[in-house]
Amino acid sequence: MKQLPLLLNLILLSSFAMGQTLISGKIKDPKGKGVAGASISLKDSYDGGTSDSTGLYRFKTTETGEHLIMVTCIGYKPIEQKISIGAEALNLDLILKEEPNELKAVVITAGTFEASDRKRAAAVLNSIDIVTTASANGDVTGAIKTLPGAQQVGESEGLFVRGGTAAETKIYIDGTLVNNFFFSSVPNVAQFGRFSPFLFKGTVFSTGGYSALYGQALSSALILESIDLPDQTSANIGVTILGVNAGYQQLAKNKKSSWGGGYSYTNLWPAFKIIKQRQDYKQAPVFHNADFNFRIKTSKTGIIKYYGYLSTNQLDFTVNSLDSLGYKDRFGLKNLNTFHNLTWRENLGRRWKLNTALSFSINKDDIEGNMANEAGNKVLLTGLEFKNFGLTNRSQFFNSRIVFEKKLKGLSAIRFGNEFNYSNEKNTYTLYNNQQFPGRLEQNTVSGFAEADIYITNNVAAKTGLRAEHSSYLNKTNLAPRISLAYKLGNQSQASLAYGVFYQNPERRYLPAPVQLGFLKASHYIAQYQKTSSLITFRAEVFYKKYHNLLKTGFVNNREVATGNNGFGDAKGFEFFWRDKKTIKNLDYWISYSYLDTKRDFLNFPFAIQPNFAAKHTTSLVVKKFITKLKMNLNGSYNFASGRPYYNIQTDLNGPKFTDRGTIPAYHNVSFSINYLPKIGKQGAKSFAVYVLQVSNVFNTKQVYGYQYSYNALRKEAIVPPSRMFVFIGAFISFGVDRTDDAINSNL
Amino acid sequence: MKSFSVTLLMAFFVASSLFAQSDKYTGAMKKNITELDDALKNNSMAALAGNFERIATAEKTQWLPYYYASYCTVMAAYMEQDKSKTDAIADKAEGFIKKAEELAGAENAETCIIKSMIASAHMMVDPQARWMQYGQASASNIEKAKKLDPANPRAYYLDAQGKFYTPEAFGGGKTVAKPVFEKAIELFGSFKPASELHPSWGLTSAQYFLSQCN
Repeated sequence: MKQLPLLLNLILLSSFAMGQTLISGKIKDPKGKGVAGASISLKDSYDGGTSDSTGLYRFKTTETGEHLIMVTCIGYKPIEQKISIGAEALNLDLILKEEPNELKAVVITAGTFEASDRKRAAAVLNSIDIVTTASANGDVTGAIKTLPGAQQVGESEGLFVRGGTAAETKIYIDGTLVNNFFFSSVPNVAQFGRFSPFLFKGTVFSTGGYSALYGQALSSALILESIDLPDQTSANIGVTILGVNAGYQQLAKNKKSSWGGGYSYTNLWPAFKIIKQRQDYKQAPVFHNADFNFRIKTSKTGIIKYYGYLSTNQLDFTVNSLDSLGYKDRFGLKNLNTFHNLTWRENLGRRWKLNTALSFSINKDDIEGNMANEAGNKVLLTGLEFKNFGLTNRSQFFNSRIVFEKKLKGLSAIRFGNEFNYSNEKNTYTLYNNQQFPGRLEQNTVSGFAEADIYITNNVAAKTGLRAEHSSYLNKTNLAPRISLAYKLGNQSQASLAYGVFYQNPERRYLPAPVQLGFLKASHYIAQYQKTSSLITFRAEVFYKKYHNLLKTGFVNNREVATGNNGFGDAKGFEFFWRDKKTIKNLDYWISYSYLDTKRDFLNFPFAIQPNFAAKHTTSLVVKKFITKLKMNLNGSYNFASGRPYYNIQTDLNGPKFTDRGTIPAYHNVSFSINYLPKIGKQGAKSFAVYVLQVSNVFNTKQVYGYQYSYNALRKEAIVPPSRMFVFIGAFISFGVDRTDDAINSNL
Repeated sequence: MKSFSVTLLMAFFVASSLFAQSDKYTGAMKKNITELDDALKNNSMAALAGNFERIATAEKTQWLPYYYASYCTVMAAYMEQDKSKTDAIADKAEGFIKKAEELAGAENAETCIIKSMIASAHMMVDPQARWMQYGQASASNIEKAKKLDPANPRAYYLDAQGKFYTPEAFGGGKTVAKPVFEKAIELFGSFKPASELHPSWGLTSAQYFLSQCN
């Protein structure tokens, strides 16, 4: 029995006396620089270490023989290597390659501004920024107008980008073209977008050189991505001086699907009673909007989303007529619009992805114009009979798109697919004598596209694409190449280049034309430098844009129609963008500046001139400050545009000529808004409220957008906003129904 | 007698190797757990996370090493000065806690606490822009932890810490945080970890914060 303790000792000793081998070395990147914080381990053992700030590591192991040594580090590809451990100390240097990483990799940003919550270099704004921009009035395009490239055009809706018209900017929701994004046009009163900014989680504003996935836009694409499943079941109500709204979103218990809907009623009568309008409203603008949505997760990564929208609105007003003193011009509009969008996104496996979308929309406009006497009754004046008219427009649009994407090695990818746009529009123009001129235009545009993202390394990327479009109306096909490059200069800076050819069908309002037409064409050349950190963004961009085959117009039966494709033009300029959330605590601001030098000969222009929608200098300053103590968000903005030219062009037998021309005064607009969030940060709060006060044109400055003329060009009048200053007050409350239903009951 | 001693010896041998296996795990875990406080002081949480990760990957079936790897990593995310790196570190911690939950079979109070900390780390990168998303995630995980284990002192400690750093105007501040720290410390007094390897951190920090509340 004596041997037993001895034996025990031996066993114990042997396990303690096992040899320890030292393994050390350096973890390096391919350039030989030490990589700090890498974890080194022997597979299936506890032994290993972590590299220090210079990349050096050392650890001891009791293992012997063949083993796998593994190295992992954030931002690098993990590696494994076979080693043989003997009694001798081992010196082993290992090289880690950078992992292709969306967050660190160069991003092609030439011409692109992204507003999203994704952590990428392209994202310069986040979703909430759109809503809290003072001059935006809660409108998506209002916020976009504070970015470089966009003009401050106040007399009509839409985005005028880099010398282009509003019609040269196309807006997409989840990939499909939206045909009536804005409420129907009203003379000299810019209309709002139809869709709430809260519908979208991502916005990409491209001022040029954009991807082959998008077409039919000579100047710009605004790409909106709708939200997926909501975070929780909730209800919301809002009361403002403009109307009321209510909505509900139900998230299924398993968080795999949701549905919801909302309704809003807007009546501008009370606001117009307080804030005097230039127009004399017989029927103040009234809007009914209803929407419904559902979203179903089809798999871990797949989702089907539907969004449906129905809206009606009407208005009727008179303004003093320039054509006959003492009389008034009347304008009445009734609109019905419905928009339905169904999308499906799915990972098909083997790194294939499918994105498909269908949208359908109907738009009906009934417009009536006439001369009216002092009392507002319709009159027919000799020589001005053309001012009494009726116009109805019934249009249907169908758009579809399918895109396949295959992820290749690293971040490289290829994408291809097609897009189909159908439009069917019926117009009836009714003269004062009830003579009717019906018109109908049906168009199909079929497009195919392919694109490749090629990441040569994390630092060099190229995107090349090709798009082909066939228009049934023109009976022509085009081929548009696009290419952009990006090179990472340093940790936070990068340079990008972009080139592309863009085509667009002639604008429908000038169709049908008496002549055979072709595509309008633009070529873009863009160079960009960008430096970004998480709190500071700086961008500088220069561009040159050449326009070919723009529409020229003439008058046929008092109607302006396309007479040819021989218009042309160009635009060049540079832009800066600076955003800083760092220098002053709790203060976030951005400044954008655009210089634009553009001339074009199109529509009824007698020769190439600086168009009346293009200002040479445009600047915006947007400031946001959160005052923690007061739970208030203060937002201010200043928009400036140098004077734009104005023209009165009259066409006689010798062709078009100027009867008047000049430059409007520079545009200044200072706006501010206060958001008061009394429940922010309150734990266990069952409701969340935002109170908004917004004042646009605080200093009541006179803003002139241009001039309008009497038909005989003898009298002119400045086009100004309907009111100089505008005040908006509202309360928005949402209830998270997740925690308790009581919140609704006690608050309603 | 001889056969008996051989049997005994063999039995001992088998037992000792079995014991040695789990002893190695327990020993390594204990050693690293005792280093938690020092690592916090020396800003070497990332390295300690590496130790736990190695144990986790070698063991394959234990959730606790992944839990500690996640805890150390999220603490490293808090301590990272370069905010552009914080998200990637917090994502790594997220990966570990997911594995811990898979191995544990379900989420538990301790993993919920870590998930709350991960959400807070993301939020700290840009509090104003991220408050809506991550603030809510952080709070709801604390609530879940309290529901799963009402006696867990760390849930209250983190809750109190969140209140401590929240400005008074937002319903936070020292006066609001103080009673919650006191509650946490009271719970620490009666808290018995399920084993010596189960989480038991937090008391010293809670005491420190409480002293700052006055």
